Amino acid sequence: MGLIARQIEAAGIPTVSMSSAHDITRAVNPPRSVYLDYPHGHTVGRPHDPELNREIVLQGLRAFHQLTEPGSMIHLPYNWADTDDWKDRVMRPTPREDGVSGEMEDDRVERHPDPQYQLPSDADAAAAAHAGRDCVVCAGVDF
Amino acid sequence: MTTANRQGPVRYIDRTRDQYAGLGYEPYGWAHIEEAPPFAPVTKPLSESKIGVVATGGIYAEGHTAFNYRDDVTYRAIPSDVEAADLRATHFAYDLTDARKDINCVFPIDTLKQLEADGVIGSRADNFYTCMGGIYSQRRVRETLAPEFVQRCIADEVDLVLLVPV
Repeated sequence: MGLIARQIEAAGIPTVSMSSAHDITRAVNPPRSVYLDYPHGHTVGRPHDPELNREIVLQGLRAFHQLTEPGSMIHLPYNWADTDDWKDRVMRPTPREDGVSGEMEDDRVERHPDPQYQLPSDADAAAAAHAGRDCVVCAGVDF
Repeated sequence: MTTANRQGPVRYIDRTRDQYAGLGYEPYGWAHIEEAPPFAPVTKPLSESKIGVVATGGIYAEGHTAFNYRDDVTYRAIPSDVEAADLRATHFAYDLTDARKDINCVFPIDTLKQLEADGVIGSRADNFYTCMGGIYSQRRVRETLAPEFVQRCIADEVDLVLLVPV
C-alpha cells in the first residue's frame, strides 16, 4: 500500500494510509500514516460498532492536517483486548503433527488462480452483469 | 485499562520470514524504501474536500468478478453510493469473519456516508477503488496497479485519498 500511497502523493494528491501493520508501514514509509494496533481484518474498526468506525476514520482524516512532516505516523489509543495475548498466535508456525523434524504445517490459504466468491450466488450475479458486454467496473478483468 | 500484558506491535516482517523458513521457502522480499516520501500540500478543510478511498482488503460488489488469490493485480471501482449489504470480501491473507459480518471493518462505506451527511467531509468521490493486498510482485504493483489508481484519482478530481490496507 505504501507504493500506491507514494505514487498518488507524487501526482499531487495528499494521502493518509491507515495501518494495522506497524513494521510493514514503517518499511515503506508512506507520506502520512495512522496506526491502529488491531489484528488484520480490522483496519478501521470492529464489526457493528459504527461509533468506533467513525472515531477511527475521523482520526485518519484529521491526520491530513495534523501530520506536517513527510513520513510521520499517528498511533491511535485503542487496544483490541484486555491483554495482547492475541499477538502470540499471529502467523506462528505450528509443528507438524506427524512430528517430522524441522517441518511446519502450512496453514496458509491456497493461492487459487480463479475468482474466489464469498457467496455462490455472486458468481451468477457476475456472469449476468457481464453477459455480452465489456465490463466497466472490473477493471483489468477480461470477460 | 491495565498496561499489564501489553506487547509492542506484531512484527509481521519477522514472522513472515520465520513462517517461510519453517516451510522451507526463500524469504519474502518486503518493500523497504529509504527515500523520503513525496508530500503534497493539503489546501482545503475536510468540510470542503472530496474524499477518495483505495482499499486492499479484496472487496468487491455483487455483480463484480471476485478477486483471485494468485497475484491478482486487477482492481474494482465501487460506486460510493453502494449499499454495504451488497459488498463482499475475499482474501487469502486475513481472517474474513468480521469483514463479512460488517464490511465497515475494512472498507468504511457507511462511515464516510455518515461523515458526508454530517458535513464533516465535503463529499465522497463517485467511486472508491479496491484491490487485493499481499500482492507478491512489487513490480506489478508499481508498474500496473498503482498507475491505474493515480489516473483514476486524477480523473475523479479528488482532494484527498484515504488508503485502507489489510
